[in-house]
Amino acid sequence: MNALGAAALAAALLTAIYTLIAALIGARSGDRRWVDSSRRGFYAIFVLLLISVVSLESAFLRSDFSVELVANNSSTTTPTLYKLTAMWGSQGGSLMLWAFVLSIAASAVLFATRHSHREIAPWATAVMAAIATFFLGLMMAGVIFTNAETYPFALLAAGQVPAEGAGLNPLLRHPAMAIHPPMLYSGYVFFTVPFAFAIGALITRRLDATWIRSTRRFALIAWLFLSIGLALGARWSYSELGWGGYWAWDPVENAALLPWLTGTAFIHSIMVQERRGMLKTWNVSLIVTTFALSLLGTFLVRSGVLQSIHAFGESKVGLPLLLLIAAVIIGSTLLIISRLDDLRSERRIDSLLSRESMFLLNNLLFIGLAVIVFWGTFFPLISEAFTGQESSLAAPWYNRYTTPVAIGLLFLAGVGPLVAWRRISTSNLRKAFAIPISAALVAAAVIILAGEGLSEPIALVLFVAGAFTLAAVGQEIWRGTAARRALSGDSVPVAFSTLLTRNRRRYGGYIVHMGIALMLIGVAASSSFQTSTDVRLSPGESAEVGDYTVTYVRPTSEVDSQEQKLVFGAVLDVTRGGEQVTLLNPAREFFASSSADPAAPLRGFFEGEATSEVGRKEGVSRDIWTAMQPDLTSFDPVIAEGDELFGRLAAQLDLTDPGAVQALADQQGAAIAGLGERYLNPATTPPAEFRVNVNPFVIWIWIGVIVGAIGALFALWPGAEARRSRVSNVYAAKLARELATR
Amino acid sequence: MDPTKKRQIRLVTALSAAVLLAVALIYTSFNAANDALEPSQLTARADGTYDVTGKVASDSVERGETLRFEITDRDGGEGVPVAYQGIVPDPFREGREVIITGALNEQGVLVAEKDSLITKCPSKFAEEHGDDPNVIIEDA
Amino acid sequence: MEFALAILIVALVAVFVSVPLRAKAGADGTAGTVATADPELAGLEARKQTKYREIRDTELDRAQGKLTESDFKRQRGELRAEAISILKQIDARKQALGPSDAERKADAEAERPS
Repeated sequence: MNALGAAALAAALLTAIYTLIAALIGARSGDRRWVDSSRRGFYAIFVLLLISVVSLESAFLRSDFSVELVANNSSTTTPTLYKLTAMWGSQGGSLMLWAFVLSIAASAVLFATRHSHREIAPWATAVMAAIATFFLGLMMAGVIFTNAETYPFALLAAGQVPAEGAGLNPLLRHPAMAIHPPMLYSGYVFFTVPFAFAIGALITRRLDATWIRSTRRFALIAWLFLSIGLALGARWSYSELGWGGYWAWDPVENAALLPWLTGTAFIHSIMVQERRGMLKTWNVSLIVTTFALSLLGTFLVRSGVLQSIHAFGESKVGLPLLLLIAAVIIGSTLLIISRLDDLRSERRIDSLLSRESMFLLNNLLFIGLAVIVFWGTFFPLISEAFTGQESSLAAPWYNRYTTPVAIGLLFLAGVGPLVAWRRISTSNLRKAFAIPISAALVAAAVIILAGEGLSEPIALVLFVAGAFTLAAVGQEIWRGTAARRALSGDSVPVAFSTLLTRNRRRYGGYIVHMGIALMLIGVAASSSFQTSTDVRLSPGESAEVGDYTVTYVRPTSEVDSQEQKLVFGAVLDVTRGGEQVTLLNPAREFFASSSADPAAPLRGFFEGEATSEVGRKEGVSRDIWTAMQPDLTSFDPVIAEGDELFGRLAAQLDLTDPGAVQALADQQGAAIAGLGERYLNPATTPPAEFRVNVNPFVIWIWIGVIVGAIGALFALWPGAEARRSRVSNVYAAKLARELATR
Repeated sequence: MDPTKKRQIRLVTALSAAVLLAVALIYTSFNAANDALEPSQLTARADGTYDVTGKVASDSVERGETLRFEITDRDGGEGVPVAYQGIVPDPFREGREVIITGALNEQGVLVAEKDSLITKCPSKFAEEHGDDPNVIIEDA
Repeated sequence: MEFALAILIVALVAVFVSVPLRAKAGADGTAGTVATADPELAGLEARKQTKYREIRDTELDRAQGKLTESDFKRQRGELRAEAISILKQIDARKQALGPSDAERKADAEAERPS
């Protein structure tokens, strides 16, 4: 099975090289046969990588520790789901994922365009094949240069195969964390498609909107993947203790935001090119930037250069990836410069009050935001380069710049849909803006009267902007439905659904705007009005947190032999004004650790990996969030005593005898169970530190994300094709009549 | 007004706005940033708040209402004692890399700001594994 | 073992990707000829579709009260004139490509679900 996967991987590299050559021959000679052959090449790469991935996953499922990757990232006690997802925790596995997703995206776009783009597609195939060759080559280089790190099928020598793998870090055992990395990766990879077609369009000078029409769905898919990936990262960190807050958590997450920002700008600005033939240079530059930032995101995850500059040299993929990024940027820039004549706009902007100028403004803000985040994220490297002293920027610096831009973008999300293409007259302006502006004013009044608005002006402005945008988009949809009814005489629900399904792109986009508005309202409320309290409680004691009373009812404990963990928890009763709100069960889980000191098995247990299970009650207006940490200092003497006992016992036993080792392990298990009982015994239950947060409106972040994802899916869902051609036939007939009567 | 001239004015306005923003960005970033130091560099500095990055020294962690531990350079060396209050992130443990923001007091203890302790995203922990865990808890 | 497997896989892939290349022998007329679908024509078709959508959006904008009647009339007039010019270019291009190509194109169009 491993041999099959390895052979398929090697064959995939050869096929990618062939595909690159065939595509180049086809592109230069215009010979369809070579082009068709190169397309088949990509289908073959997809099948080969599918075989590779399946065989690697089967090694994980079988816990085949002769594969180094499996031994290092999985174990027999790892739950099945996490065995499957452990693949991309490693260098080799994540490169494999990259190449595999690329083969899916490339095969899909080549299949969809097999009858069109006779000129652009061969060049695009060549670009994608070159990138596939790069990543496959990086993996196979692991074999040649014997650095097993990048080669997923590296085998351990017969004598070195461990009986048990190292396992997956318990912190990563969270469903969101299992899907988060491949979502981000898929987002990065799918941007390859519009990038490759843009390069093809530049080379062939076919710079009308055809390359955009064929690839914009892929840009949207990439955007959706990145959005989901970022949201899952946020969701995961919300379930963790002490994630560090926005911006500060991990630069890798900021890096994933960069292509998201430029990609969002791209998705908007291509509409201007499609409709008005403007912004051509801007669009190709944007997609090149987005792709380069996607590669940069991959590079940052895999090289660890931002954690510390010293990590760079240790990583085997850092330098090649950096060279690829440089090649992409330099090559594309030269190509764009040489094609500036063909990139000239067909038109100019008619009026500043038009949808196209709103799109332009939106683009400038998104780019500005990307520049700010880029500068902040890379500041440690920049400052080290200039001053020799590494220094870093914290959340207040980011907020100072990103908040105003975010407010501007939120307003634009409402203004854009209200403004017509080309120009809007003053009277129409009044008609379009009356309701949204009133909604914003009402929202402001309500919040100020509620008494909390003025203390947090930024949150107030964000709420007002959110109300404006929600009202604007709502009015758009309502007026569209009314117009549709006037036209067809349908009932409201019928008119509503035909309006939406016949204009999927437009209304899907508006739904995304609503999602973003909801999300930003959630972010503003939860970061401005959070109450956070640390309390130390013993069973029976209670504390006041805001309007709530939190009582430590009783301790809980659990021993899990499957996952090798010991759980110390607490049941908290939360009441408000004497009425029970909820029971929460925060806990701390201690995992048997691989690096535990063998001389102190019990102490080692508590100094190994531990995770907090957050006790959380989610609600429409607020979440109650608690985490706990039992103060185990009163257990120290017992643990020390136990460890001493074990030391003596181990000295007496012959540790080469499996029976004796087993007996020792049994004793250890019994001791751990004893600690669990001690924890539950009212006389010896230790006090615990609790952090109790009341986070208002957090749920709206997740609702906003879900609404946005639904909107994006709605916009990219196919099926509009048939209707579109029917509509165009109607117009064709109309115009034909007009032509005839002239 | 002549449309080309109008366009030029717009372009100049936009460009100068961009330049202003860039200057503000650069200027404030050098001002707002905390110097990121390794513990060994800390003793040479006078007062001030720094981001200190280093490893938690082994056998130095004392939990309690205040978390006390020592932090050393990545390559080891002399440790600096740290006093910290606030959330202790789950990945925190001896030998792991942390970032903490704080200032040295007269006793040479790094007094950390509340909730400033950060550990890195755990997706990069994989390389720390290596040896073979024993099965400790048996089925009852 | 692994090596033999790799050889086998590569051979299978070679057979699969070379299908279009081997079609030369049995030349059926289409293989080997340059671009059956004209990129120029494809570009014009794309512009036509966008223009139709633009007209439709203008109508939607008027129905929703975003455009004044006079703006709407002017814009629609312009858009129609542009659309007609595109249609003329398409016809001219089809003529230039010769009847066979144009017919094939029309056939392909007819085959699409409408």
